[in-house]
Amino acid sequence: MHGRPRKSATPVDENASALKAAKIRSLQSQFLQNHHNNIYTKEAQEINAKLIESNPEFMTAWNYRKLAFEHNLSNQSEVDKEDADHIKLIIDEELRVVENALRKNFKSYGAWHHRKWVISKGNSSTERELRLLNLFQKQDTRNFHAWNYRRFIAGLKDISDEKELQFTTDMINDNFSNYSAWHNRSVLLSHLLEKKVEGYFPKEIFLKEEYELVRNAVFTDPDDQSGWFYHLWLLDQTIKVDMPNLVSSWPPNGSEITNTTFPIVLFFNEPVEGVNLQTVSVQVEDDIFKNIAWSPLSANKFKCGQAWLTHLTIPFGETNSSKIFQVKIRSEYSQGIISSNGVPCSQHWSIAFRVSVCHDFQPEGQSLRRILMTDENFSTVDINSNVMDLFKSYFELASDYEQPTSSKWKSEMIASEIDQYRELLSWAECKIGKLTLARLLMANDAIGTPVAPNTTHVEEVLKLYSELMELDPTHYQYYKDEYSLVFLKQVASSKESLMKYCRQYKESTSSNITGPMCLRLNSLSLSRIGSFERLLWVQSLDLSHNQLPSIEGLEALQLLSCLNLSHNKIGSFMALDPLRFLKSLRVLNISYNEIGAHTVDTRRYLCSSPLSHTLDYDKKFEEFAAGDEKVVNFWEAYSVFGGLDIMQLDVVGNVAADERFKLFLVKLLPALKWLDGEEVH
Amino acid sequence: MEHLRINGAYWGLTTLDILGKLAAVDQETVISWVMSCQHESGGFGGNEGHDPHLLYTLSAIQILALFNKIDTLDIEKVSNYISTLQNEDGSFSGDKWGEIDTRFSYVAICSLALLKQLDKINVEKAVKYIVSCKNLDGGFGCTPGAESHAGQIFCCIGALAITGCLHYVDKDLLGWWLCERQVKSGGLNGRPEKLPDVCYSWWVLSSLIVIDRVHWIDKEKLVKFILNCQDKENGGISDRPDDAVDVFHTYFGVAGLSLLEYPGLKAIDPAYALPVDVINRIFLH
Repeated sequence: MHGRPRKSATPVDENASALKAAKIRSLQSQFLQNHHNNIYTKEAQEINAKLIESNPEFMTAWNYRKLAFEHNLSNQSEVDKEDADHIKLIIDEELRVVENALRKNFKSYGAWHHRKWVISKGNSSTERELRLLNLFQKQDTRNFHAWNYRRFIAGLKDISDEKELQFTTDMINDNFSNYSAWHNRSVLLSHLLEKKVEGYFPKEIFLKEEYELVRNAVFTDPDDQSGWFYHLWLLDQTIKVDMPNLVSSWPPNGSEITNTTFPIVLFFNEPVEGVNLQTVSVQVEDDIFKNIAWSPLSANKFKCGQAWLTHLTIPFGETNSSKIFQVKIRSEYSQGIISSNGVPCSQHWSIAFRVSVCHDFQPEGQSLRRILMTDENFSTVDINSNVMDLFKSYFELASDYEQPTSSKWKSEMIASEIDQYRELLSWAECKIGKLTLARLLMANDAIGTPVAPNTTHVEEVLKLYSELMELDPTHYQYYKDEYSLVFLKQVASSKESLMKYCRQYKESTSSNITGPMCLRLNSLSLSRIGSFERLLWVQSLDLSHNQLPSIEGLEALQLLSCLNLSHNKIGSFMALDPLRFLKSLRVLNISYNEIGAHTVDTRRYLCSSPLSHTLDYDKKFEEFAAGDEKVVNFWEAYSVFGGLDIMQLDVVGNVAADERFKLFLVKLLPALKWLDGEEVH
Repeated sequence: MEHLRINGAYWGLTTLDILGKLAAVDQETVISWVMSCQHESGGFGGNEGHDPHLLYTLSAIQILALFNKIDTLDIEKVSNYISTLQNEDGSFSGDKWGEIDTRFSYVAICSLALLKQLDKINVEKAVKYIVSCKNLDGGFGCTPGAESHAGQIFCCIGALAITGCLHYVDKDLLGWWLCERQVKSGGLNGRPEKLPDVCYSWWVLSSLIVIDRVHWIDKEKLVKFILNCQDKENGGISDRPDDAVDVFHTYFGVAGLSLLEYPGLKAIDPAYALPVDVINRIFLH
């Protein structure tokens, strides 16, 4: 099936292959007869051996051999049963048949499994198996069947990890281009680290040598990928924080807010499970609230998420005067919060903020004007206004979250690597080398002070990604996405840099919907968004005129009430699935996107859907849709927008947004006042 | 290739459906032949009289799904056959002889999902086992510690997608490993430093689509590579330009082109490997 040259079949060829096929068919039907009638005579076993020789992938034939083997063992005479040699003969015969089959096709799953099955019966020699392996691994150093079998034998015969590690060293020294050897090395080193074996723990002990080993490989042949992938693993081992921790929250620690009902968002460094009443306490003044329910802001089966949400209502009673409530959110049994890798959080954290309640507050007024995010409707933010206070507090006080301390060895190791690879790039135009340098520079900034993000190398990194877009156009979009993320990291790194993109709404009556400030990230060629942990305060967001196909992560911004996504690359309603979590959303613009224009939906399995068993199919939809239920777009819109109170919606410029669909939307969204600029009646 | 005839049937029939030509075959004949491959245990063999195995069982179910005839099956019987093959650690054996491989985890999960019988197995343990096969490069192998390979990655990603567990996947890390499968010629290989092959147009591509990173490859270049692997005289697609064609690579080439939105082809679902309208019919009604 693979690697056979194309040639027209001549009549001679066709005749020959027809004869061959007829021969095999006859063998096959004889064999099947024997198999179904449990016939294990010498003749029958020979027919089987012939068949396996011609087709080692024929599973049924291997099954028969196992039955024949068991039959041979049980059919021994009493004398033979005592004779270990006789048993060995039977085993050796099987191993011979497997070896023959493997010589014909050393990738046959059936053959390798049969060998494992026979070896597991005992009575086999380790030396023999290792010799066989050496033979196959020399023939093809990348044969993963052989590597898997090697791991099986090492496990069965208790060959030490260190011995196997030496084997990979030998293979790598023989030929650097051996991804399989590097891979096995990473597996063995992880085991040794996990078992805290001396010489391999703590990890900085082996990392230095490994960096050197990899450097030899990539300096010898910078275009071979194998070493570079291994380097990425080493870098990850160097900088990664081994356990989950809290990174940011809404409301921020030390802040003061005025809503009596508000969301609380906990944002971790990675997806976690187990945020609940036992692990996190919510205290208002002296009362610990017991009716708090936390839910992860994500669509998956096992309640795991990077951002977690609950809602709190302050019971402010009948007093006429204003009152301030102290609220504390605290980790109680933090080890109950576990990462998706099973690592518990051992950090204790607490967040304290004030809720200022004024009794003569105004109910949320319904803005009668349409909200338009055009340049004329904005002005720069008055830095002396109290709009700035909440914004300031978020950045100045975020430092109170205890972060794991970075170690000196990490920064030294990375600094050394940066020097080495700068040197390599001075004489080799190597794309993965450039990418590695960009990653090293970002790592360097990341392990700096975790609180005030270090952006020393951002400019150089952005330049590297721009160069990569030209050097390796096949992977242009990968570098573009990385560029967007780094760019946003820089924007969100300080209040000064954020202020450049913040605007105030001129029209003040709208501000109870839009909030006082809008973060305007429009027209920045963004193909991807990130840094959500630093944007939890955002109420109004303009992402229009970018190149976004996805808004993954936006679900963490629970205060979002106005969102402009017009003129992007949103390809389906499922791509808007994060919006289902944004219960405060009132104004949404998704005009001029690509909804309905694609036959392939790349968000299909990353959202709440019956296909991924993360959402039940709502049978009420069929009644509701009354005739349109077969149109998938209608189901998707129903699923995503169904629970939202959107007042103003723009959908024009999407293939899916025809008249019939717009009628459906009006039916679906009872709070809708404006659709595509027209009043809804 | 008689031993995997039922796989061949699935490849051929699905290709026909993507090309809009499924009506060219006689449904009755096909279905009765498929049913003749069923073993008394409830599982299906690769051909009449062959021993049952998960790999062939999935193809049987998929073929019936194409024709909207899943109700031809004794669903209880097939589901039981599949569920008894789950092991203590959550892994699946391909058949009673015990070979364990994440391919079989995918096959079991996909089969039972199509039959709406996922609750017959311990999904949590099945997922745990798959996650234990995750490697440090973000990919997946056949068993814990095995090297990442595009075929295995497709199986693990597909299984995690169907069970709503993609949060266990580092999409950026894996996405980069997968996009680096695209070589200069525009084709995709299955692992670093290997030759491109049309079948990886399915395994790498569908994985990239499921984790939403397909925009990290050059789609146009890949379309060109697949089209270059056609035998324009006699029809069919081969693994590489100018090699011999076969139904396996024809299916993966056409399915790949469908995923790349090549005009005139029906859309195919990247996780269940069946046309989207077939999947929507099963899950959205």
